[in-house]
Amino acid sequence: MSAVINNLPVLLAGFGTSLALILVSAAIALLLGVALAGMRVSPVPLLQTAATCYVECLRTVPTAVIFFFALFGLPQMGVRIGFFPAAVAALSVYYAAFFCEAVRSGINSVPTGQAEAARSIGLEFRGALRFVVLPQALRSVIPPLLNVFVALTKSSAIASAFGVAELLASTTALVTIESDAVIPILLACSAFYLVITIPAGLLAERLEKKVAVAR
Amino acid sequence: MTTTPARPATPATTRPAPVTSSVLFDSPGPRGRRRIRNGAVAAGTVLALIIASALFQLGRNGVLDAERWAVLLNRDLARLLLHGLWSTLQVALVAMVLSVAGALLLVAARLSDRSPLRGAAKIWIELFRGLPLLVLIFMIFLGAPAIGIDVPTFWALVIGITLYNSAVICEIFRAGIQSLPKGQAEAAYAIGLRKIETQRVVLLPQAINAMLPALVAQVVIILKETSLGFVIGYTELLREGRVAVEYLGSTYAIPVYVAVAALYLLVNLAISRMARRLEGRLTH
Repeated sequence: MSAVINNLPVLLAGFGTSLALILVSAAIALLLGVALAGMRVSPVPLLQTAATCYVECLRTVPTAVIFFFALFGLPQMGVRIGFFPAAVAALSVYYAAFFCEAVRSGINSVPTGQAEAARSIGLEFRGALRFVVLPQALRSVIPPLLNVFVALTKSSAIASAFGVAELLASTTALVTIESDAVIPILLACSAFYLVITIPAGLLAERLEKKVAVAR
Repeated sequence: MTTTPARPATPATTRPAPVTSSVLFDSPGPRGRRRIRNGAVAAGTVLALIIASALFQLGRNGVLDAERWAVLLNRDLARLLLHGLWSTLQVALVAMVLSVAGALLLVAARLSDRSPLRGAAKIWIELFRGLPLLVLIFMIFLGAPAIGIDVPTFWALVIGITLYNSAVICEIFRAGIQSLPKGQAEAAYAIGLRKIETQRVVLLPQAINAMLPALVAQVVIILKETSLGFVIGYTELLREGRVAVEYLGSTYAIPVYVAVAALYLLVNLAISRMARRLEGRLTH
């Protein structure tokens, strides 16, 4: 226990880097994902196909492979960036596909009758989307978005293997120094992750129930 | 002799039509079609420009040279990658079987009549679902030796994946069971089945249909998760790719990683396709 308390600054610094990594990647991934979802529901077939290909290809490949591309592939293309930006690039490119699917499933979760009703009272595409479909879709899209955020948080630990000094990297570094306090340090590291993931997961669950009742 | 034509049977696998595809707007007229065509041209140009600039960048750095990609035809590289794929599949298979077994135990506890057991299961699930898989793998890999147990990398990986996925799959099982009409369980109790028999004979077989898509998605996820083995030095597909790149030199990074990604893609797409076929058969 004392090993954990003595090394708390190290763990906290790692946690800070993790938080920065998670938040920056989540913001970029969310923007990309919304754009992709827009492409997938747009009436332009080419955009649909392009977005579908992106999502299908990215989702079936492990996160770590994307990290390898970002870290060892980009320099081959003449793009030289540091470890942290590379990790942000990998996480946001990868999780954009998942955010896209969360947004799309939210749009698809609105019953067809709602759109039909909107059309039948004379609303056009834009009006139907704005006044009927999107307000309902947005509500039901938040829980899946939160779940993707939790997944991104957990995946951010992979960055530890690619030179980013985030929480898990600090932990494994500490473990090699404090070899007689391996388990307390690992537990402390777990606690830091749980502080993010459990509240977000519970919030998603609660919102999901609320949305389910509303309809 | 029916006069109304029978409605075409919709295949069970089709999802409800996405609202935005047809219902939201009329089928476009001449002006709409023109607009869509213009949009397609504009979008195509932008996409083509992006792809072209990426290709140009790659070509300028010599990544597109045929000589670099010819390395993929090398028999030793193919053997290395296939060996990696085999190790990946081994971990995935063992972890999947153990995860489902663990999930069955967990779901039994989660839906138990005894509230302490229920609470304990709930806490267990929340804990292990909320932790990064890599942390769990390190817990086994670094934590077990600390208390005097030596765990080979294969088992560290398998146990880590199992701890995580049994919690996730338990929730899939629970959602599947709870999606069934209440009358099913009540009817089973009414004919005198005990709780465990009700679960085993009545509820689980029906729930399988509802949860099959999520279960298969989980198989794909497990397969992807095995790639974390490279961190602790288990020689699965990704690590073999890394070994190959270290041996061949970093100029071959892109061809080799593209091959690795393609292998994951192929296996996972094959699993998804198989699942869709199976699902179609089960729901009929």
